Amino acid sequence: MADLELRGVTKAYGAAEVIKGVDLQVAEGEFCVFVGPSGCGKSTLLRMISGLEPITGGEVRIGGEVVNRRGPAERGLAMVFQSYALYPHMTVRQNLSFGLENLRATKADIETRVTEAAQMLQIDKLLDRRPKDLSGGQRQRVAIGRAVVREPRIFLFDEPLSNLDAELRVEMRGEISRLHRRIGNTMIYVTHDQVEAMTMADKIAVLRDGRLEQFGRPLDLYNAPANAFVAGFIGSPRMNFFTGRIAGGAVRLTTGETVALPGDTFDMAEGAEVTLGIRPNGLHPVDSGSGLSVTVTGVERLGGESYIYGSTQDGTAVTVHSPGQTAIEPGGAVTLAIDPAEAHLFSAKTSKSLRKGAAS
Amino acid sequence: MANFITRTRGRQRLHWTDWASYAYLGFGVLLMFGPVLWLVLSSFKTETELQHYPPRLLPYVQQTVTLPGYDDPLLVFHVTQGPLAGQDVAQVRRIGLVSQMVRPDDPTTIVKVPIADREPVEHVALATSNYQKLFQRFNFLRFLWNSTFITVVATAITLLVNSMAAFALSKYEFRGRGTVMAMVIGTLMIPQTVVLVPLFLITRDFGLINTLWGVIIPGAATPTGVFLLRQYMLTIPDEILDAARMDNASEWKIYWRIILPLSAPAIAVLAILSIMWRWNDFLWPLIALSQTENFTLQLALNSFRGEFTTDWASLLAMTVLTLVPVVAVFAFLQKYIATGIASTGGK
Amino acid sequence: MLKLITPLMQIVDVPMRALQRLLGPRRLAWAFLAPNLILFGLFAFLPVLVNIAYALTGSDQILLRDRPFVGVRNFTDLSQCASYLDANSCKIDVFWRAVHNTAWFIVLQVGFMVGFSLLTALILNRKIVARGFFRAVFFFPVLLSPVVVALIWKWILQDQGALNAVLEHFGYPTVNWLLNPSWAFGWAVFLSCWAHMGFYTLILLAGLQAIPRDVYEAAQMDAASPWRVFHRITLPLLMPTMVVVLVLALIKGVQTFDEVYAFTGGGPGSATTLVIQYIYQTGFAGAPRLFGLASAASIMVALVLVVLTAVQLWITRRNANG
Ligand SMILES: Nc1ncnc2c1ncn2[C@@H]1O[C@H](COP(=O)(O)OP(=O)(O)O)[C@@H](O)[C@H]1O
Ligand SMILES: [Mg+2]
Repeated sequence: MADLELRGVTKAYGAAEVIKGVDLQVAEGEFCVFVGPSGCGKSTLLRMISGLEPITGGEVRIGGEVVNRRGPAERGLAMVFQSYALYPHMTVRQNLSFGLENLRATKADIETRVTEAAQMLQIDKLLDRRPKDLSGGQRQRVAIGRAVVREPRIFLFDEPLSNLDAELRVEMRGEISRLHRRIGNTMIYVTHDQVEAMTMADKIAVLRDGRLEQFGRPLDLYNAPANAFVAGFIGSPRMNFFTGRIAGGAVRLTTGETVALPGDTFDMAEGAEVTLGIRPNGLHPVDSGSGLSVTVTGVERLGGESYIYGSTQDGTAVTVHSPGQTAIEPGGAVTLAIDPAEAHLFSAKTSKSLRKGAAS
Repeated sequence: MANFITRTRGRQRLHWTDWASYAYLGFGVLLMFGPVLWLVLSSFKTETELQHYPPRLLPYVQQTVTLPGYDDPLLVFHVTQGPLAGQDVAQVRRIGLVSQMVRPDDPTTIVKVPIADREPVEHVALATSNYQKLFQRFNFLRFLWNSTFITVVATAITLLVNSMAAFALSKYEFRGRGTVMAMVIGTLMIPQTVVLVPLFLITRDFGLINTLWGVIIPGAATPTGVFLLRQYMLTIPDEILDAARMDNASEWKIYWRIILPLSAPAIAVLAILSIMWRWNDFLWPLIALSQTENFTLQLALNSFRGEFTTDWASLLAMTVLTLVPVVAVFAFLQKYIATGIASTGGK
Repeated sequence: MLKLITPLMQIVDVPMRALQRLLGPRRLAWAFLAPNLILFGLFAFLPVLVNIAYALTGSDQILLRDRPFVGVRNFTDLSQCASYLDANSCKIDVFWRAVHNTAWFIVLQVGFMVGFSLLTALILNRKIVARGFFRAVFFFPVLLSPVVVALIWKWILQDQGALNAVLEHFGYPTVNWLLNPSWAFGWAVFLSCWAHMGFYTLILLAGLQAIPRDVYEAAQMDAASPWRVFHRITLPLLMPTMVVVLVLALIKGVQTFDEVYAFTGGGPGSATTLVIQYIYQTGFAGAPRLFGLASAASIMVALVLVVLTAVQLWITRRNANG
């Protein structure tokens, strides 16, 4: 077990800079998720930690030691790959013991560790099969098992669940969380799925375009996103965004409506261009009174809850979450009240949060 | 059965083009198999039978009989005319146009029969004398050993050297990779046939002329092999290699524990190709080997040619023994060979 | 086998691990490449240079430093002809006879072989009972060694051979096939086709089978006649494969030596002497050994091959991209 620290880590392929300076500290035993859209550099960053990818600049420290110059085998890490990367010509048992053999563990030691890991992951009956004779979920378990037997200081996962079907994904999600609770190692987990990030992580690192956008606990990210990107990325369905400017201590939207916000929560410089963010559950259809007028384009009725899709006068898409069932029909107009407590305010220019005391 | 054949093209009856196709294929079978079959049959004929003109399809052996008072077995003839007409008699010796015969039941009485009045009593049998002679009179085992040694060792070296290069070219990104690939393509344009003189001189400088190694080494690295293996290795996911690196495997270990086993199908194809090339190789051994004791089977076969009288009896037997391994390999690995050759576009 | 290899590989692992530490995993690629590149260098690239050096020097000396520089004289000697169409008018008539023979050989062999390969492939591509068997029948001579092929046919064609016996049986005059220059040449072409056509049949068959079925079904819907289907669909779609086959056959044709040499020894006279045999005889079989002349001749062959191979690579690449 060990903690992990990244200091100004950069990566360039020739002239193309892929990781543009990332600082990060993952404490011992933490489950940290790297999340971000596809191509933002999550895998690259993970592979730099693993040692598979040389580091262009900055420092990677594991357990306080700089490991930049160490090879992947010498960092004491284990990795679970997106494609599982099981050795197709070896049985499950050989897959699990290959790494231990390379570390010159004794036969008896290998045997006990493999058996233990296999039992923990319920693959003990599959030990003599080859990967091609396993189902997707079983392969996934073997891939995890291969990491577990190594008793690494840090586990690395690169989108391990993206090849599974939805149901299995939920199941394996729980399983990996349980594994973490049970063995307590530091884990770094890469995904593009924010639901996975929210449900599994102790800490989430949101990456975009090779930069760290925000790093913190899941609910902190949800409640106080540092910028419009994080706000839009975390939370499902996506947050609604409206453009406007500050006028008289309130936000005047481009569509004309005015939204009053508590002045002590946000920096509201008069005349500043802003983006107002409100999650779908911060909007409520009202029968009368002031609010955002929206043309309804679609309604999803799920029984216990409903989603209303619409667009404002200037064409901005709006999603509303409404508990219970609704009588609203597509084609009609509806007025939406805005819950000021649920509002987020971002600078239109820098897209940074205008929340007072927000970490940038 | 007829029903089965006539099912062709999903119609009820055979179209004339079907008849023509089968006729063509039938003729093809005759033309392709016939000569080889003829060679094999001929190799089982006695020397006398080989002299027989016109040749007969099946190998015949004249019947012999061992009679008291004669050390060697005597040839048996059927007499067609004269007092002994209709009887089978044994020939003691032949003097000019007359042969001296004895009746098997009366081996002491010599009867003279004109040779026109008798015909040999024969039956179909495989004569193995040609093969026996091959082992007794010729250094056949020596040639066989030379061919086998060259084939096995050269194939092993080719597999090792080519797979290492293919691994580097398929799984590493390094400066100069494009240049190396261009070099490999370049060697494709330099077949041995156009550099015979310098190849001979360089091999001679290494002191390898007239040794089996001189045949093995110059052709051990093949561009075809590098291409074939590289193409296959490109399909092995890089993540498996990364997984092995995380599992503490050295690059060399990745090569022989991961890459080699996973490339087995391509390696098998290259092995078969290499065995074929080496076993059948002719021009380079012809130049590199000049002493008979180093000859391969192909050279030995060729060395029979050019003498005034060709010893067909031994030659036929040796030819059959040379093609047997090839046919055996082909029979077992036909599918591999066909796809392998088609995929590399070379033989 | 594995028992033998495993310890060997483990031994090699020790220096390779050290190298890996020294070079890093990326530059280690050169260590994997080294054996192959050394062999390529010594036995493929160095020979090209040496070949040029010998082509530019004369005499029958074997060591380069003993050989006087003669410039391009070997080349001018080889190409000195009153008329290129008449070998007898050339300074080195044997070479030009070999060139003429090779040219004729290639034209006939490639023409007949590719023609019959195409026909065979088309027939094998029909719905034929026991297709695998027939394909194997046409293919297996490819595996026979050239010497064996030559001997098989020599045995049939010899004066007292099976062919003459059959001819005599049906009342035709017999021929001493291998002593008649034209017949010997014809049979050399035939035997070469016989030995290699299975290979080209296989490639063409693969090309035919790669043509999607639905194209034919669409043609059937358009009520195209079988001839039109062949002419307008099969042939154009097979064209890329045909071109590859043709170029490959040309490349192999230029290099023909083994089977013809083992078959006739180049005779009778020089009726079946091909260019590679000329090189072999000039450089190795005869005395004095004229390495310069042999090198010069092989450089001329090499130039032809380089052009053909470049065309082949270009076509394969274009096919792969298209
Ligand atoms: N070997 C490479 N050479 C050049 N660019 C690369 C290489 N590998 C990845 N990239 C680029 O780096 C960026 C990040 O890739 P990656 O880390 O795989 O993204 P993801 O977040 O989807 O895992 C991508 O834009 C990709 O194109
Ligand atoms: Mg990725």
